[in-house]
Amino acid sequence: MHPALLGVITIIVGVGGCVGYFYGSNLFLDKVLFPAKGPNAGRNINRANIIRPWLFLMPALLALGLYLAYPVVATLILSFQERGAGGVRTFVGFENYTKMFAEPKFGEAMRNNVLWLVVVPAASTALGLLVAQLTDRLKWGSIAKSIIFMPMAISFVGAAVIFKLVYEARPEDVAQIGILNHLFLLFGGDEPQQWLTIPFWNNFFLMIVLIWIQTGFAMVILSAALRGIPEETIEAAIVDGANPFQIFFKIKIPQIMGTIVVVWTTITIATLKVFDIVFAMTNGQWETQVLANYMYDKLFRANDWGMGSAAAMIIMLLVTPILVWNVYNARQEMK
Amino acid sequence: METPGQKPLVVWALNISVVLLVLLWIFPTLGLFVSSFRTGDQITASGWWSSMFPAEQTLQFRAADPDDNRIETSAGVFVVEGNVFEGGDVLGIDSWGTSSRALDAYQVGETADLGDGETLTLSEGGAYVWQGDEDQMSGRGQRIFLTATVPPEFTTNNYGFVLFDEDNSEGMAKAFFNTLTVVIPATVIPILIAAFAAYALAWMDFPGRALLIATVVGLLVVPLQLALIPLLSLHNAVGIGKGYLGVWLAHTGFGLPLAIYLLRNYMVGLPRDIIENARVDGATEFQIFTKIILPLSFPALASFAIFQFLWTWNDLLVALVFLIDSSGNTTVMTKQIVELLGTRGGDWEILATSAFVSIAVPLAVFFMMQRYLVRGLLAGSVK
Repeated sequence: MHPALLGVITIIVGVGGCVGYFYGSNLFLDKVLFPAKGPNAGRNINRANIIRPWLFLMPALLALGLYLAYPVVATLILSFQERGAGGVRTFVGFENYTKMFAEPKFGEAMRNNVLWLVVVPAASTALGLLVAQLTDRLKWGSIAKSIIFMPMAISFVGAAVIFKLVYEARPEDVAQIGILNHLFLLFGGDEPQQWLTIPFWNNFFLMIVLIWIQTGFAMVILSAALRGIPEETIEAAIVDGANPFQIFFKIKIPQIMGTIVVVWTTITIATLKVFDIVFAMTNGQWETQVLANYMYDKLFRANDWGMGSAAAMIIMLLVTPILVWNVYNARQEMK
Repeated sequence: METPGQKPLVVWALNISVVLLVLLWIFPTLGLFVSSFRTGDQITASGWWSSMFPAEQTLQFRAADPDDNRIETSAGVFVVEGNVFEGGDVLGIDSWGTSSRALDAYQVGETADLGDGETLTLSEGGAYVWQGDEDQMSGRGQRIFLTATVPPEFTTNNYGFVLFDEDNSEGMAKAFFNTLTVVIPATVIPILIAAFAAYALAWMDFPGRALLIATVVGLLVVPLQLALIPLLSLHNAVGIGKGYLGVWLAHTGFGLPLAIYLLRNYMVGLPRDIIENARVDGATEFQIFTKIILPLSFPALASFAIFQFLWTWNDLLVALVFLIDSSGNTTVMTKQIVELLGTRGGDWEILATSAFVSIAVPLAVFFMMQRYLVRGLLAGSVK
């Protein structure tokens, strides 16, 4: 069957099935199981109302449980197992982890991931804040913001191609078509550089891609936060003779600190999972490996499920503090 | 800046710094966009930034073969006439020469002295008159070097090749439709499931509600890397294997936490009176949901739809793991581009065009629906 036709059928079956399920199950509950009439009408209405939330939640809970909660447990178990011939799995304790920690590529991936985690959220948040502040009262600010926000819509793979062109290097005696090398030679560089193959520094050239994408996100949210600052606090500071820098750092920043933390952690999570950029631009060569790509290598190239799962658990472990923090905050807000 | 007391100098500095930032942000994308309209030769000959202006180029021509074309005008004087641009576009000539060591020796209309009475005159429009005696006017045609101003030239052939060329096995047309096939069900289905769940979490009272909300918040950040192996084994075990059904289910599962979270946050903010009144009037929960909540939640539904659309359209990892099998028939655009990066790393006209084909749709959605996207982002992260 043609996939597009299959897609249409899936939409119809999926949407129809969902609507049918919700409608049918409600109808069944109200008319058959606990009808709101007869001698037990009052009790039946109450009983129906106890069950109804779970009818509404059921498909979502099934999907969440199966596609997110179960895999966390399953991956944890897989990371303690080794897959032998014929798919037979044996429990090996922490062997996958010790083997992984001994691998230089893993050490490299960890070092790079830490580097990414330090640089990308900081740079994106700072740049986003800068743009938000600069465009705050600008007449054409919304156009400027739109353009800086735009990379949000571009895929990591698309961005990888875009920046490969920026970093492109050609032999010294012909015209440079990568703008970075063009500028590098213009400002006194001696020869064109293969930017993505210079160990250590190439990490930063990859990070620039993610910073370029994430700055718009930071800007949108911080810009709204800046707008939300009460005018009086700023006016009072002006009356007291504060200069613009003091107003920005001493009055505005403290008031939006909560939002800055949210932006920072959100970008941190995006950074932790970064895969496509490295996969498409260097594939971990020239010492640019990161955890997510290392994991993919182990799972689908080396076909080593144990070590791949162990690597995935390391990513999970790094996310956990943020997860706990988010849940804690959400519970605070609900009280 | 309307704020009184701002010095004009500061305002200028502000405007200029924002202009610089905007240029910095748009330059990389612009480079790819411009490159997708140039031929491969043009891309390697000069940087894309110079392609928008007329460029000076040195072109080499040869006068027509003298043995065939010479005309004896008077005794012992032979002439060959012709036009260097014959059959092509006429360019503006800045200067010309007859030797590669002196490319700009003559101006238009001047006559070059080739020695021993042999001459060549080049006039406006490329017409030349080459004149000499019998010995000189034989063998090969005289070389003519032109320094000409070439206007910017763009082509849409790359798009034709990448999208519509039947013989191009690396074309994007199929991948485009595959991506579309993945995206639409993967966007529509989670919205529906999430909307019901969000309503229950927002407006129904039941034990365990707070715990469920906390769980959803927790699942928001669970890396989908963890799901790859367990779910792939699960799909294989139940017979779905690699294919569209698997990728739709996976995207639905991965998109749900954000969908529920966004929609619940929005629904909680709807006025309590409307819902209570409807309940008093005897409306069932199902009716309240479909007749009141769903229409009022349109902005939140739109926000999530855009997120999910962008995310599934741009996704590579989920498609690699759950969809693309060894036959390659179900490849999506992101995968196709990664392949091209490997096999056609230097063919920038193909790469740029293919990448732009995949970027164009999300960009269009982005610019049309930016309002909802911003609103969704704010609802999702600022409290």
